[in-house]
Amino acid sequence: MKTITLSHGSGGTLMHDLIKDLFIKNLNNPFLNKLGDAALINLRANKLAYTTDSFVVKPLFFPGGDIGKLSVCGTVNDLAVSGAIPEYLSCSMIVEDGFSYASLEKITISIRDTCKSAGVNIVTGDFKVVEKGAIDGIFINTSGIGEVFKNSNMSISRIRPGDKIIISGTIGDHAASILLAREELKFKARILSDCSPLNKLVSSIICRGIKFMRDPTRGGLATTLNEISLASDYNIAIEEKNIPIKESVRVLCEILGFDPLYMANEGKLIAIVSKDSAGSILSKMKKHSLGKDARIIGEVKKEKNKKVYLKTQSGGLRILDMITGEQLPRIC
Amino acid sequence: MKYIDEFRNLDIAEKLYRLIDEEAKDLRQVNFMEVCGTHTMAVERFGIRRLLPENVKLISGPGCPVCVTPKDYIDKAIALTAIDDIIVFSFGDMLKVPGTNSSLLKQRPSGKVKVVYSAMDAAMFAENNKDKRIVFLGIGFETTVPTVAASIKYAKKKKLKNFFVYSGHKIMPPAMKLLARDKHVNIKGFLCPAHVSAIIGVKSYNEISRKYNIPCVIAGFEPLDILQSILMLVRQVRSKKAKVENQYNRVVKASGNIRALRLIEEVFSIKDSEWRGIGVIPKSGLILSKRYADFDIENNINLQEPKTSVDKGCICGSVLKGIKTPLDCRLFFKKCNPNNPYGACMVSSEGTCAAYYRYRK
Amino acid sequence: MCLAIPMKVLKINGDRATVSSGGIQRTIGINFLKGPKIGDYVIVHAGFAIEKLDTVKAEETLKILEELQ
Repeated sequence: MKTITLSHGSGGTLMHDLIKDLFIKNLNNPFLNKLGDAALINLRANKLAYTTDSFVVKPLFFPGGDIGKLSVCGTVNDLAVSGAIPEYLSCSMIVEDGFSYASLEKITISIRDTCKSAGVNIVTGDFKVVEKGAIDGIFINTSGIGEVFKNSNMSISRIRPGDKIIISGTIGDHAASILLAREELKFKARILSDCSPLNKLVSSIICRGIKFMRDPTRGGLATTLNEISLASDYNIAIEEKNIPIKESVRVLCEILGFDPLYMANEGKLIAIVSKDSAGSILSKMKKHSLGKDARIIGEVKKEKNKKVYLKTQSGGLRILDMITGEQLPRIC
Repeated sequence: MKYIDEFRNLDIAEKLYRLIDEEAKDLRQVNFMEVCGTHTMAVERFGIRRLLPENVKLISGPGCPVCVTPKDYIDKAIALTAIDDIIVFSFGDMLKVPGTNSSLLKQRPSGKVKVVYSAMDAAMFAENNKDKRIVFLGIGFETTVPTVAASIKYAKKKKLKNFFVYSGHKIMPPAMKLLARDKHVNIKGFLCPAHVSAIIGVKSYNEISRKYNIPCVIAGFEPLDILQSILMLVRQVRSKKAKVENQYNRVVKASGNIRALRLIEEVFSIKDSEWRGIGVIPKSGLILSKRYADFDIENNINLQEPKTSVDKGCICGSVLKGIKTPLDCRLFFKKCNPNNPYGACMVSSEGTCAAYYRYRK
Repeated sequence: MCLAIPMKVLKINGDRATVSSGGIQRTIGINFLKGPKIGDYVIVHAGFAIEKLDTVKAEETLKILEELQ
């Protein structure tokens, strides 16, 4: 089995061949092809969004995606929810000595396909190999820049009581797919990660009515709403019956004692929007394939205790805290 | 989800809240105790407490098996991970419980601790990995005990020499009897645990209800089950009766599950057991029977007495009995919180203190 | 302490069965059940069915609850 060795990272012919045969071949674009120390980019914009993220997911391959797809979507989505059009990405990989070449190729092809689907390019990159045991398999870092939409005017400080909260689709899919892919729980289900680039969805809805957006990744919907509540000072109230969730994800959570509100999503966004624009933003979202399950789930309240409240499906009221640590399967 | 969503119906829930309100109106303060972690979680998750009338108080008793596991059990389990060929398998619930110096969660990156959904998975792993010794942490009440017993029996059938159980299992009725006797706790009714009851039936509660004159209702876990059961308790209190009623009769049979009970009897024996925060309760714990001694890790390895620290200031014991609330504890919130738990009541996500932290903060 | 949900029996093979709910499937032990049949709803906890769900009694309970004034 062909593997990546320390020599592939040492700057010699093996590395140059790898870059040519794997990265340039698949990620091919005028910037990357120059193989300069930096990509030289002409910018028209006076306001840019700039973000970075690192990806260490295990397992590397899961139903609906892999670390490659995730590394592109993560950065594209951070730019998109910041009201920007993602355009240029960097990609750095750190790989463990002995890592399978076939896996690296599969991951690179995933990056290629996801870039195509999002309409972005990897314009600069880096590749390092470390000794066995120094890391687990592969870590990827991506960063990205994009021009901010002219009609984007998003800021936490714009959030007001009465603003509506929209989620673009079902919650918990990504975390559920990872749980199942880890296999030791021995459940079978067709749950796919929702890992997707959201920039085109955002393009279709961007307008001044959107006060703020965020993608609820680690920690899930509840954590993101807490972050927003803390930063804006206002309480947030949502209703369980309005939260979209796939039946299979719901059942898995019931069996294992997980709370879907705290489970990661990789292809969803939360938008805080003005009351008047909520209806039209929702219908625009629903027209897009990544927003067909979008719902208004709640609103911003005038009280300032910085708490997030959930009205449960059987009428009770629950406070949604920040999660402390990882959720684990329970019997109790 | 069939047979779950119907029992979460909003309109019926609102009706039940109204009826509880009306029928409890002329009652003096009543404390109803639930003794099941899953009930504690359900009450918290469905936001039930906030909608009950002021004079109907739901107390959480020692129903969280994780919360009542003594600290030295955790210390010994962690010590097992240090032994070369041993891998410790556990239910997820146990991982975050603080031992003296560490927790099983902190040992997990080493690969010596694995989380499973079923004890059977641990037994099957042992079957397929004969070069390792597998120790399963047997924690849980009567609902879980038969599943562990079945896994041990499987290991015996397959003649496995590398599968062991470290039993920390406990049984519920002796703890309920202790609490029923305690004048401080002043329980006016028990919400009896749904699935423990599916295994043990109603017999144990008959004794408690009769001897201590306390109403008992076996309650399911869905909001309508819990609310209907609270209403049934209120009605018993009003009519000054004390009997055992089975609200969860769609699952619980009066005789319990005979096969499960037989298996428990075959694989386990009863012994005295220490409940963290409460002390030793006679005949409340389970140890592997002589016939299955080969699978008992305590017979096969000398689990040295670790230097277990004492929890100063922690009043988990009183909280577990329902005598004090987390708000009475001077460690609560500032020193003891989900990020830095002192006692088990805070560690376990269904522990009373953890539930209060989430609900009151 | 008993996280468990009702799941439907799809297949039986000795003392193991495949159960399903909402598209989630698992193989579990049915050692504690007397004469389980395909189509039965069983309560699944920690990889075993601990009891059958009596669907008739379930409907009765719901009816009582619906008829409360």
